[in-house]
Amino acid sequence: MAGPKANVNAADDPDDSDDGVRIDMISGARMEGLTSMEKIRLILDGVREGNIVILEEGLSPDEESKLIEVTMTEISPDDFTGIEIETYPKAEAGDQSFLDKLMGRESTQKLTVIGPANRIETLHKDENLISTLVSRK
Amino acid sequence: MGLLTNLRDSISRVTDGLFAADEPKRIGIYGPPNAGKTTLANRIARDWTGDAVGPESHIPHETRRARRKEGVEIERNGRTVTIDIVDTPGVTTKVDYKEFLDHDMEKDDAVRRSREATEGVAEAMHWLREDVDGVIYVLDSTSDPFTQVNTMLIGIIESQDLPALILANKTDLPGSDVQQIANAFPQHETIPLSALEGDNMDEVYTKIAEYFG
Repeated sequence: MAGPKANVNAADDPDDSDDGVRIDMISGARMEGLTSMEKIRLILDGVREGNIVILEEGLSPDEESKLIEVTMTEISPDDFTGIEIETYPKAEAGDQSFLDKLMGRESTQKLTVIGPANRIETLHKDENLISTLVSRK
Repeated sequence: MGLLTNLRDSISRVTDGLFAADEPKRIGIYGPPNAGKTTLANRIARDWTGDAVGPESHIPHETRRARRKEGVEIERNGRTVTIDIVDTPGVTTKVDYKEFLDHDMEKDDAVRRSREATEGVAEAMHWLREDVDGVIYVLDSTSDPFTQVNTMLIGIIESQDLPALILANKTDLPGSDVQQIANAFPQHETIPLSALEGDNMDEVYTKIAEYFG
């Protein structure tokens, strides 16, 4: 059985022109079979190429923690300054039933936008809207 | 022989557990850069041990290594609560050395500081996942609390079921808005304070004893 591909970005033959901004929208189904580190690698590989990555269902708190940690290890002067990440601020914990918590069924479904820190700037964020300015390379 | 070994191991586990219950809890002081975490850690350490934890600065990422102050005994309502304070580097998702150049720093120093800062943030995240028993989350009450870092960190703390006390710091500054912080995290109790001036520390210590004792 073939394992998950290391790189599943939106296009197999990416157009690296300086004119546009590439956006990779990754479905929840695509992320479902990946381990935490495969998800983080998928995100950071895309972001380090200058792409904007949109996750349909976001990451778990533990995966977010590891994403911050791995991002920090990859920052280097004049090359990669880190990531900007935005999700809707939802009180997930409060929405879960006791049984869900007991069974470890974490509700992590939240649209998440991740991009290079030097190219993406959040203009406005509330429970229903994330407004982001993306600059070209 | 095997039976005796197993019995000895079982007894050892039970006694270890009993002693572990008496060990001081490690309380991580977390928050974004420049929220006043080290100022608070120093205030607590000075009030109860006479020593400081580390240097304070208005330049972001002054704390670039987690620093632990062990055995801080806080007396409240006739009983003593002993905790280890872990002052952690401010958490962020980005570090650009060019920001340090604005603070009259040479490029080499700025690059070194940014590299140490990234290592410090990674270290802080590791402590949060593995090595703390509770969290004091410090926020600058003059700043917008609705940031992604705050949302993610509070989510990470909640997912680990760690007891968390939110402190709205810098109440001595104009523009301080404690209510805004309380509104941002209504599921947690928010305590106002000025770690710099020592305002409302009595309530802070009472809550520390209540949450982490």
